[in-house]
Amino acid sequence: MTIPRSHVLISVDANTLIAGVKSVELALIEELRKRGLEKEVSVIETGTLGIIGKGVVMVVYPEGVFYGNVKIEDIPELVEEHFIKGRPLKRLIIETVTPTFVSKEEVGLTRKQTRIVLKNIGVINPENIEEYIAVDGFSALAKAITKMTPEEVIREVKNSGLRGRGGAGFPTGLKWEFTRNSPGDEKYILCNADEGEPGTFKDRLILEGDPYRIVEGMTIAGYAIGARVGYIYIRGEYKLSIERMQNAIETARNYGLLGENILGTNFSFDIFIKKGAGAYICGEETALIESLEGKRGIPRLKPPYPVAKGLWEKPTSVNNVETLANIPDIILNGSEWFRKFGTEKCPGTKVYTILGNIVNEGLIEVEMGTTLRDIIFQYGGGIKDGKKFKCALVGGAAGAFLGEEMLDVKMDFDNLKEYAAVLGSGAILVMNESACIVDMLKSILRFFKHESCGRCTPCRVGTKKLVEIIEKFAHLEGDEKDLEEMENISLVMKDTSFCPLGQSVYLPVTSALKYFKEEFISHYKEKYCVSGRCKQKKVLV
Amino acid sequence: MSKRDEILKKFPPFQENILEILHALQDANPYNFLTHEDISSCAEYLQLPYSYVEGVASFYSMFSLKPRGRFIIRLCDSPPCHLMGSESLLDYLKEKLGIEVGETTRDRVFTLELSSCLGVCAVAPAMMINNEVYGNLTPEKIDKILNEKRDEL
Repeated sequence: MTIPRSHVLISVDANTLIAGVKSVELALIEELRKRGLEKEVSVIETGTLGIIGKGVVMVVYPEGVFYGNVKIEDIPELVEEHFIKGRPLKRLIIETVTPTFVSKEEVGLTRKQTRIVLKNIGVINPENIEEYIAVDGFSALAKAITKMTPEEVIREVKNSGLRGRGGAGFPTGLKWEFTRNSPGDEKYILCNADEGEPGTFKDRLILEGDPYRIVEGMTIAGYAIGARVGYIYIRGEYKLSIERMQNAIETARNYGLLGENILGTNFSFDIFIKKGAGAYICGEETALIESLEGKRGIPRLKPPYPVAKGLWEKPTSVNNVETLANIPDIILNGSEWFRKFGTEKCPGTKVYTILGNIVNEGLIEVEMGTTLRDIIFQYGGGIKDGKKFKCALVGGAAGAFLGEEMLDVKMDFDNLKEYAAVLGSGAILVMNESACIVDMLKSILRFFKHESCGRCTPCRVGTKKLVEIIEKFAHLEGDEKDLEEMENISLVMKDTSFCPLGQSVYLPVTSALKYFKEEFISHYKEKYCVSGRCKQKKVLV
Repeated sequence: MSKRDEILKKFPPFQENILEILHALQDANPYNFLTHEDISSCAEYLQLPYSYVEGVASFYSMFSLKPRGRFIIRLCDSPPCHLMGSESLLDYLKEKLGIEVGETTRDRVFTLELSSCLGVCAVAPAMMINNEVYGNLTPEKIDKILNEKRDEL
C-alpha cells in the first residue's frame, strides 16, 4: 500500500453542491490521473469546512492551504502549480494571512474556535464509518454501555451542565432522568432535526458532516433513558442530510453498533428516520411528536410533558441535533473537562451560523459566553464593504434585534434573557446601516403569519393583524397608535398563545421598537426609508 | 397490482407512515399533487377516514391537493433571503411567469410558491425547484434556470 503524500479534502455539502462541487471533484480526480498522481494525492469528500458563500471549497494537507471558488477550468492549473511544482495557487487561496503556506488555525472562520461538536466536520469523510472510528468514534458508546450504568451516564451528563441547544436551554441530564424515572417499560428518544428557524442551518451541516456522531449520541441517550428505539425527525427539504443519515444508520447496523446486543452487551437499540413535510411548527417538540405519529403537526397542551407522556403516550426525550452531538465527548472526557468551556451556568460551546452583511459568512463553534462583538468582528471579519454595523437578529425569526449597545453582552441562555433576547437556535443575521428595520420586521411577521398553525386565536389572528400594521409602515403610512397596537398585540400573544410560536413573536417586535422606534416614525412622518425598499402605495387612477 | 398499490405496499400499514406514503404518492404524480384516488387509497390502506388523510395532507406545505406544474418553484422569503433582496425577485418571477404565489402557469410547467428558510442562507437569495436548490439568484440567473428547465421537458 502506498501512502499518499497529499490529501485534498473537498467539502461536499448542500452549499457546495449548489456551486457544482461534484463536477469539480471529478475534474480534479481525472486531472490527477492524467498526470499519474492518483496514488500520491488522495481526494476525500468531507462535510462542510465551515467556509460558505465561497463556492467550491477544498483544503490541501499537509500544508493546510484552503482554496475557494474553485471552478473546473482552474483544475489543470491547480494541479500543475500545487502538486507538480509544489507551490500553492495564490489566486484561489482563501484569506491568506501569510503569502505562503498557512496553517489551519490561522484561516478566517476556523481561527481560534473551540470545536467539540464540529471537530470532525470537514476533517473526516462522513460516509465512511472507519474514519469516524479512527477519530475515537464509538469509544464513548463502548465506555457507556460496558463500563457505566445508565444512572452513571445520566449523572455525568447532569454534572456536565449541558443544556438543550435547540433554543430552550433545558438541562439535558435532567430531561433524561425524568424520562428514565417515568413509569413504563417502553421509552423513546427523539432527535429533533426539523430545523426551520430562518437563518439556521447548523443541524443540517452537522448531519451532513458527521452523521455517525448523531448515531452515537442517540444510542448513548437511548441507553441512559432505557429506550430501545429512537427516531430522528428530519425536514423533508434536507435531502442530503436524510441520505447521509440513512447511510450512517445502515452501516452502523452492519458493524453491530446498532441493533440487537450492541457490542456483545445486553443492550439493543435501533434508529429510524422520519421525514417531515414542510411545517415550521413541527420543530416544537409536541408538534413533532404529533407529526411523527402521523397526524397534523399541532402542539399539545403541556403538561403532561413528553418526558412523562410523549410518543404514543410513552415517556420520551426530545433532543436537538447539536445537543446529542455533544454527548460522545462528554462521556469520553468527563463532565469536568466539559465544564472547562463556556460559562458557569452554560458550560460548553455553541454553534452559530453567521450571515448577512458580513465578510465571512459561515458556521462557527465558540465557547458559550463569547460576545456578539467577537463573533461578528473577530470570526466574521466585520461588516462587508466597509459599512457600519447596525444590528443583528440573534436567534432567528423567533429572536430579537440586538443593537450596538448589546455588542459586548456575553452570550449564553441566561445573560441574553436579562435583555429580553434569546440565544435561540444560534442564527446571527447581521445588518449594516443601509438595512431597513421595517422591511426586515415585515419579512419576519409574514413568516409567522404563514407558519401559524391556526389552532389558537391569539396567534392566528395576532400574526395577521401584525402583518397588516407592518405593511402600513412599509408603505410609509401608519401613526403612533399603530406602534402601540403592534406592541400590545405582541404582548397579548406572548401571554396567551398556546405554544412557543405565538409566544415568541414579541421578541422581534419589541426589540425592533426598542432600538429603532425613530425609524418607524421617520417612515410615516418624513416618508423616508433608509434602504429605499419601503415605498408609497401606487394609486391606480 | 396498480402502481399506486405498489407504492403503498412499500410501507407497513401504520398511521405513523402517513407522511412517507403521501410523499411517495405525490412524487409519482407528474403534476406534483395528491389526487382524490391517492387520498382514498391511502385512507383505505391505513384504515383511516378519508377526511383524516385529507386533513393531514392539507396541513403540510410540501403537499398539494391541486394539480401543480412539472416544476415547483419554492422561493425562500425568510429574513436572510429577504435582506438580500428576495422580494424583488418574487416580483420578477410573478411578472415573468404571469402568475401569483400559489398559482400554476397555463401550460402547467411552473408553479410558484414561497418557502420558509431552505437553510442555504450563505447563497441567499435562494430557491428550490423540485429537489434542486439554486442560490445567489439574480433576474438573469432566474431566466437561465427557467429556460434550462423548459428544455428538460
